[in-house]
Amino acid sequence: MSSFENGWALTLIVFLPLAGAAAVLAIPKAQEEAQKWTALLFAGVSFVLSVIVAFQFDYGDAAATQFGTRSDLTWIGIINSNYTIGIDGISLPLLVLSGFMTVLAIIYSWNHWPEPHNPKIFSALILVLATGMNGTFVALDLILFFVFFEVVLLPMYFMIGIWGDRNKIKVPVIGLETEMRLYASIKFFLFTLFGSAFMLLGFLTIYFQSGLRTFNMQELAAGGVAEAELGNLAVWVFAALFLGFAVKVPMFPFHTWLPDAHTAAPTVGSVLLAAILLKLGTYAFVRIAIPILPEQAQNWAPVIGILAVIGIIYASLACLAQTDMKRLIAFSSVGHMGFVMLGIATLTDIGINAAIIGMVAHGVITGLLFFVAGSMSHRYHTREMARLGGNQKLMPMMGGILAFTAMASLGLPGLAGFWGEFLALLAAFNPMDGLSTGLFRTLMVIGAIGTVLAAGYLLWMLQRVNFGEPSEEWADHDLHDVDKYEMAAWVPLVVATLAIGVFPRIIFGATSDAVTAMVKSVFGG
Amino acid sequence: MNILDYHALLPELLLAATVIAVLVVDLLPVRKAWVAVVGLIGLFASFIPLLTLGLCDSLSFCEETGVRTMFDGSYTVDTFSLVLKGLFIGAAFVALLMSVGYLESGRFWEGEYYFLLLASVLGAVVMASSRGLITIFVALELVTGPTFLMAGWRKGDARSNEAALKYFIVGVLSASVLLFGMSLVYGVTGELTFPGIREAIVGAELGSPGFKDLPLLNIGVLFVLLGFGFKIAAVPFHFWTPDTYEGAPTPVTAYLSVVSKTAGFVGLLVISYSAFADLRNIWGPAVWILAATSMTLGNLTALRQTNIVRMLGYSSIAQGGFILAPFGAAVASGATGAQLEDAFFATVTYLIIYAFMNLGAFAVVIAGAKRIGSVEISDWGGLYQYAPGLAGLTLVFFFSLAGIPPFAGWFAKLVMFSALISMDNAWTNVLAVIAVVNSVIAFVYYSKVVKSVWFDPVPEDVLSGEARNVVVSPALKLALGITAIGVIAIGFYPPLAANLGEMTKTFVAGF
Repeated sequence: MSSFENGWALTLIVFLPLAGAAAVLAIPKAQEEAQKWTALLFAGVSFVLSVIVAFQFDYGDAAATQFGTRSDLTWIGIINSNYTIGIDGISLPLLVLSGFMTVLAIIYSWNHWPEPHNPKIFSALILVLATGMNGTFVALDLILFFVFFEVVLLPMYFMIGIWGDRNKIKVPVIGLETEMRLYASIKFFLFTLFGSAFMLLGFLTIYFQSGLRTFNMQELAAGGVAEAELGNLAVWVFAALFLGFAVKVPMFPFHTWLPDAHTAAPTVGSVLLAAILLKLGTYAFVRIAIPILPEQAQNWAPVIGILAVIGIIYASLACLAQTDMKRLIAFSSVGHMGFVMLGIATLTDIGINAAIIGMVAHGVITGLLFFVAGSMSHRYHTREMARLGGNQKLMPMMGGILAFTAMASLGLPGLAGFWGEFLALLAAFNPMDGLSTGLFRTLMVIGAIGTVLAAGYLLWMLQRVNFGEPSEEWADHDLHDVDKYEMAAWVPLVVATLAIGVFPRIIFGATSDAVTAMVKSVFGG
Repeated sequence: MNILDYHALLPELLLAATVIAVLVVDLLPVRKAWVAVVGLIGLFASFIPLLTLGLCDSLSFCEETGVRTMFDGSYTVDTFSLVLKGLFIGAAFVALLMSVGYLESGRFWEGEYYFLLLASVLGAVVMASSRGLITIFVALELVTGPTFLMAGWRKGDARSNEAALKYFIVGVLSASVLLFGMSLVYGVTGELTFPGIREAIVGAELGSPGFKDLPLLNIGVLFVLLGFGFKIAAVPFHFWTPDTYEGAPTPVTAYLSVVSKTAGFVGLLVISYSAFADLRNIWGPAVWILAATSMTLGNLTALRQTNIVRMLGYSSIAQGGFILAPFGAAVASGATGAQLEDAFFATVTYLIIYAFMNLGAFAVVIAGAKRIGSVEISDWGGLYQYAPGLAGLTLVFFFSLAGIPPFAGWFAKLVMFSALISMDNAWTNVLAVIAVVNSVIAFVYYSKVVKSVWFDPVPEDVLSGEARNVVVSPALKLALGITAIGVIAIGFYPPLAANLGEMTKTFVAGF
């Protein structure tokens, strides 16, 4: 058991998918069954290991790093960067979520290969993506974190670029006509690359100018030493980190890549993008920005809070203007991440707990929404909501799941989406001492209006898609309802949505102590 | 001590012997491929004494340890020179592998080509040890001389002739500029070796005021810098590069952009960090400007290219800017010895990684050009559908050049940034921001190739069924394999390159 705990379990969770990718690539192109099973095997084992870790995890001591490597396991000795990994109560739920979604994505893909059909490369990309995502959640060294944070770009770029939407669009500003997938893939990559390049400069400044010469997150965070040493530079460093993380979240006004990327991506790409990739940014705020630069976090909190709320309102209004179902869901993601960021901006333990459960809930719910939207556009060959009316009659099961998920997404009590939004607003009522209560209460009120708008656009979407009489054009189409692979991928998500909604302790049990301890050590409250 | 330390000179001697052996074998009635094999064996053989010299401390037959100096201090074998010699020989090995199939299928002269290539490598190897004005000049000319001819190897093609002629004229011009600068430096200091020049500049002798503030010396230093500026194709001395790179045979372009260019960098590093070590206030700002303009202009021009080779030409100008950046960090007047060592380390590490990825990129271009029959980016559309392996390698090398993990390029960028940030100086911070913006711009054009290969449909008019079945020569496959493994292995475990860079730090020690 001791070797299992010495970082081996996490190492396997992170790198098994990568080994799987190599294995899949080694299988000849024609043997698609073998490729699928190999991909499922590696992703599955990685996920099962993360579940075992979750069961072995000592919840009584959730604030401590567990299953970690020795902190002096050198990776790049010259810049003093170590292979330091580990999990605590904050990262555990996200790690499990990441493995969970990867497995479901592979199961869903079983008979839903987007065009151009190429299961070999597609499943290899999913697996590489999994390595990047899992790695980001366990890395405790800034350089290691940076590498994993960047590794996810590559597979997503290819997923959007190769299997993405081939409809022609006109690129804004330049006026060039090109295919949606080409525009969306490069936009996604450039935005994120730009942010993360500045983030790297921020990391390096922390390393050198704090005089600590370490990339270890915990050492840098201990007692706010790094920030004290940085002095006047701290505000610039926070700005650089903010840029890197905010683009990834994405926060208003850096969100413009997201609707394009989501709309253009193949179903599985959208699901993983929404469910996990967006969380890398919010997680980084909680894991890196706040603990290492607490004072700056306090200075920036109003800005973050205001941008978060602008994001909520803006996204809701944008949703009300959409005619494309997938694009609507994409914009709703911007709004949900706004709630997560609002929770983080309060800098309280309630707010950050809300943020984490919000991340998990959004991953599960929006992941499912994108699955359903993908399956529907697979059948109808359109995402125009105006043409989809009457879906409930044509495909009762699909309509039912869509209705359930929409309800979860608008934050219906009893379902997973409720806790994140409710607690984030609650936390905004009473932000950390030192933050302007007036401002945050205003933000709370505006955010609450956002929840009403969210209910508005989601119900409106349901009305347009599910209700009414089916259009004549579908009369001759053979529209089969949810098939068994879809069922296998979706039922776990429905169950998770219900379980987290009814019994949020699944998440809070892990996060609560860890967040409280973190807030206490960082802000001394 | 003997005048000649044969062990220390063994790599050069073996290379010189190989140069002659190649000429002899070329006369024998055997297949020309054997000439290449002799060349490869010679390169491999001359690599071995580098190891025995480097590990001298732990070998029983090796008596002398430490730095070996010859010819009154103008020729030195230290860890820095050993690492760089290894890099030159390794890169030349790959460049030679890339040439074999190219020459064969193009029906070009082969024996003479290998002779010239190896002579040029000999120059590069000598360069790494040169610590005097004369040795460094001779080495530089030995590197460049043969490449003038190699650039014009496709003599039936007017563009190749243009390439050679342009390169020749610029080469001669830069040599004379360099020589003029050197003559000023010699005239002022009266010394030929770098340690001697350094002492004269600070005025180490009792009562001597030194020449630190003498305008004539400063002008000499700038002329030397300018002369090297041509060799490393730094903006604004870059204008010959795109035409020469495009017109020259692609393996020669690969050689020029890696070995010959690195030799220029090495000369610049050596002369700046030893002879002109105390004139950082003169060359620091100049290098800063060269770095900033090279990366910015190189990148912006590369954006508009539609020809892969030309694009790689501009990309190598921009990469040159990134390589110069940590070097330009010396602009920080308050830099300590340790910080300068870090900057030096960053430059050398970048050079090592750059060699792998740039050679790899050119190897991909050669293989692709052979299969597709074109180096227009748009003609490469849909390559992954009929050549997935080659498409995968395109991804690896071009994303590595763009600095995307997990390929080696990210670490090169990282050490470059960290050298700049560590200085804690407004100017170096500005350069870091310029470099960040540039690395994002660079992604746009590197990804253009990847996009074409992976996202675009196969263009109908370029490909016949036969063209897709062309077999890539085994030598080229080996070159692709070596570089790809290097790029991926360094990407996952950067110490493979960083430890070599670390060893060269001793060169700066003593600031």
